[in-house]
Amino acid sequence: MSAGFRAARDGVSVHLDAGEVSILRSLVSQVLGLVEPGATGDDPLERALGIGSATPPDDPVLARLFPSAYAEDDEAAGEFRRYTEATLRDGKRADATTLLETAAPGRLTLTSEQGQAWLRALNDVRLALGVRLEVTEEVHEEIASMSEDDPRYPAFVTYDWLTYLQDTLVRALW
Amino acid sequence: MGSTAPAEVERPSSDVRPDLPWLTIVWNDPVNLMSYVTYVFQTVFGYPRQKAEKLMMDVHHKGRAVVSNGTREEMERDVQILHSYGLWATVQQDK
Repeated sequence: MSAGFRAARDGVSVHLDAGEVSILRSLVSQVLGLVEPGATGDDPLERALGIGSATPPDDPVLARLFPSAYAEDDEAAGEFRRYTEATLRDGKRADATTLLETAAPGRLTLTSEQGQAWLRALNDVRLALGVRLEVTEEVHEEIASMSEDDPRYPAFVTYDWLTYLQDTLVRALW
Repeated sequence: MGSTAPAEVERPSSDVRPDLPWLTIVWNDPVNLMSYVTYVFQTVFGYPRQKAEKLMMDVHHKGRAVVSNGTREEMERDVQILHSYGLWATVQQDK
């Protein structure tokens, strides 16, 4: 398994093998696919202005990636969403694209800016997996006691690896 | 104040209190890492590490924490940035 990220001159570096890069690319591409279409309306002017839907997404993953900004005021939450979700989607797309464009097997060096994009992209993938796998705060202990025959095992191990990778990236960027 | 004020001055309705600041709240969730949340508070708000860690621990143990306060527009901007980092953040008026 990868030793994780380390601080490097002018950025961060990591060594990833081909299998790890393949998993990363696959998961990030899936998140990109989820975020891609956007919930912008049919009005071409609104689309051009980046004004989107006021309704929260049905998919629980998207609902977690684009949460309501007002807990107790649906109208204010809808207005906020209408005017900000498209920008938020653009940002998540840009982060995912940066990761896909820079991920390669072997020793990889990223600028701090690229490292920040990776950090957010890894977090988006973990949020998506976390929702799908219904992880709790005890996920690490849960995996430790999980049978390797458990059909959920590979996905949980992947989640745990992403957690490790992201944690080392935070510490390398600090 | 001039002396030409109209006889009837419209009073602000009781539920509008512009003097009350708005708050940005961050909620606990099982995915975001403690290190990452601390890092985001430092990066987004420029808080020193100690303050960022205290806020992160409040989120972790109390389930939520007020991470910034100001005008409604400022808090909406903060929430938007926190959402870009994947934190679960909301805006509310201080009551």
